[in-house]
Amino acid sequence: MRLLSFILGRAAVALLTILVIVTAAFFLTRLAPGGPFDAEVDLDPLVRANLERTYGLDQPIGIQYRRYLGALAAGDLGPSTTYPDRGVSELIADGLPVSLRIGLAALAIATAAGMAAGIFAARNRNRPVDALVMGVASLGVALPAFVVAPFLTLLFGIYLSWLPVAGWGDGSLRHWVLPVVSLALPQVAAIARLTRGAMLETLSADFVRTARAKGLPERRVISAHVLPAAVLPVVSYLGPAIAGVLTGSVIVEQIFALPGLGRFFVQGAINRDYGLVLGIVILYASALILLNLLVDLAYGWLDPRTRTGR
Amino acid sequence: MTGAQTRRGPVALAAARFAANRQAMAGVVCLLLIALLAIIVPLVWPHGIEEASLDRIAQPPSLADFHWFGTDANGRDLFVRAFYGGRISLAVGLVATVIALVIGVAWGATAGYLGGTVDLVMMRVVDVLYALPLLFLIIVLVTVFGNNIILIFAAIGAVEWLTMARIVRGQAIALRNREFIESARAIDLPPGRILARYIIPNAIGPVIVYATLLIPINIIIESALSFLGLGVQEPLTSWGLLISQGAAQIDSAPWLLGFPAILLVLTMLSFNFIGDGLRDALDPGARG
Repeated sequence: MRLLSFILGRAAVALLTILVIVTAAFFLTRLAPGGPFDAEVDLDPLVRANLERTYGLDQPIGIQYRRYLGALAAGDLGPSTTYPDRGVSELIADGLPVSLRIGLAALAIATAAGMAAGIFAARNRNRPVDALVMGVASLGVALPAFVVAPFLTLLFGIYLSWLPVAGWGDGSLRHWVLPVVSLALPQVAAIARLTRGAMLETLSADFVRTARAKGLPERRVISAHVLPAAVLPVVSYLGPAIAGVLTGSVIVEQIFALPGLGRFFVQGAINRDYGLVLGIVILYASALILLNLLVDLAYGWLDPRTRTGR
Repeated sequence: MTGAQTRRGPVALAAARFAANRQAMAGVVCLLLIALLAIIVPLVWPHGIEEASLDRIAQPPSLADFHWFGTDANGRDLFVRAFYGGRISLAVGLVATVIALVIGVAWGATAGYLGGTVDLVMMRVVDVLYALPLLFLIIVLVTVFGNNIILIFAAIGAVEWLTMARIVRGQAIALRNREFIESARAIDLPPGRILARYIIPNAIGPVIVYATLLIPINIIIESALSFLGLGVQEPLTSWGLLISQGAAQIDSAPWLLGFPAILLVLTMLSFNFIGDGLRDALDPGARG
């Protein structure tokens, strides 16, 4: 019951937050000078007026806002001015699977490899292998995707010709590899550092000493006591990270010319495509809030100290 | 600890711990070197940043004729452009961090110290901004105020203060009920003065550490924006813009990507090492 009311309370706050975000984003985008039809310099005034009427942009901003909210409540994200024949919902439905597949694959690899490296380094603390693993991780954190990606392309796409240089093609695995690796590498490093730090802190915690003192085998101390606590920072890291990949890694999608949400987002922003930008912002904000709620629930489950009133 | 060391103040002790950290000192040296070159090279180099020449297009690095990093597709010298770009990237990183620092510290200290409804409202604002994609805010700010370099500084800083505000708020809450703050209240010091005189100086350790780690993040954001064509524009240049131009010609002229990328990565590494070193020096308990 307590859990249920906690979730309901958080859901109410989340809805309110999303409403504030929609409002802020709506007015911010319209505050910006320039409109969606400015690119065509010699647009006939009549044509422009017609276009603006079609998209309801001739109305006062208050009415536009009310209409947008009305449509949103019905689950309609409205039209896109960049792709006149398709709605924003449809565009998101197209781009989301691409961004999501690449992003989740990258995060899965990053979590597995990063945690393994972090645990390994922590268990060999202050030995040469620890220094080696953490040195590589420091370098990995300092290597942004837009540096890694071109080099991977050069090596595997151009010199070795093993993998396609860019594009999504038929969506087969070959097209995934380079984007996924470029996305995953910096995150492997970040997760490895997080895991090692949390492991070391937990290994010296009182409850671990207690577990050892009561004669638990070392394996069980690690798996039942150290790991659940050491995984907490990684869980916090993954919440926003998943929301981030959901809306697409703008940079990686740009480099590999992938038809994901990140490219839509940048294109939409440059073309002042209010509907498209707002749609993606709403998706991101909702995902972020939902995932942070899940992170909090996971904390309660993993760390007995954060459970209140039981 | 020997008797001589216990007489030293906390700042001197932290400085000694930092100086003993080889990684951190290597970071300081490397960073100073890059910063120094970024300042000096464009002043003294025989080639200017916009000096183009048709008879030396996309030449690989060579010691002859002072094209140590080679030339780009317009026949411009990459050595001088790489360090000039470094100036811009480092400046964006520093200025954006200072902006984030000022807003974040003021916001977080006020919310944490005053508490109650003020705290609630102020931190809700932070929550809402957190849930907006960072790139969205920056793009909106850049389009609202036009695409010029000062505004890129400001836009990045104006977006990156949120975590700083949370850190400082936590510190302020921890400090709020300490005796020396209570005594300051007891002699009727106004809240603004208590904040400036007691709360903020005592919360400064984690702030410095986070600020050091924020500089490379801001440099990366600027580079990413420039990479997408939303940041620094020609004829100015930055590491992000150079990397983006280099990535487009990576099969024919890989050095155009290589040198700016190496400088960027060295800078990232240096800042990260310095940040880690500062954290260990200022807060030895939080070692990880």
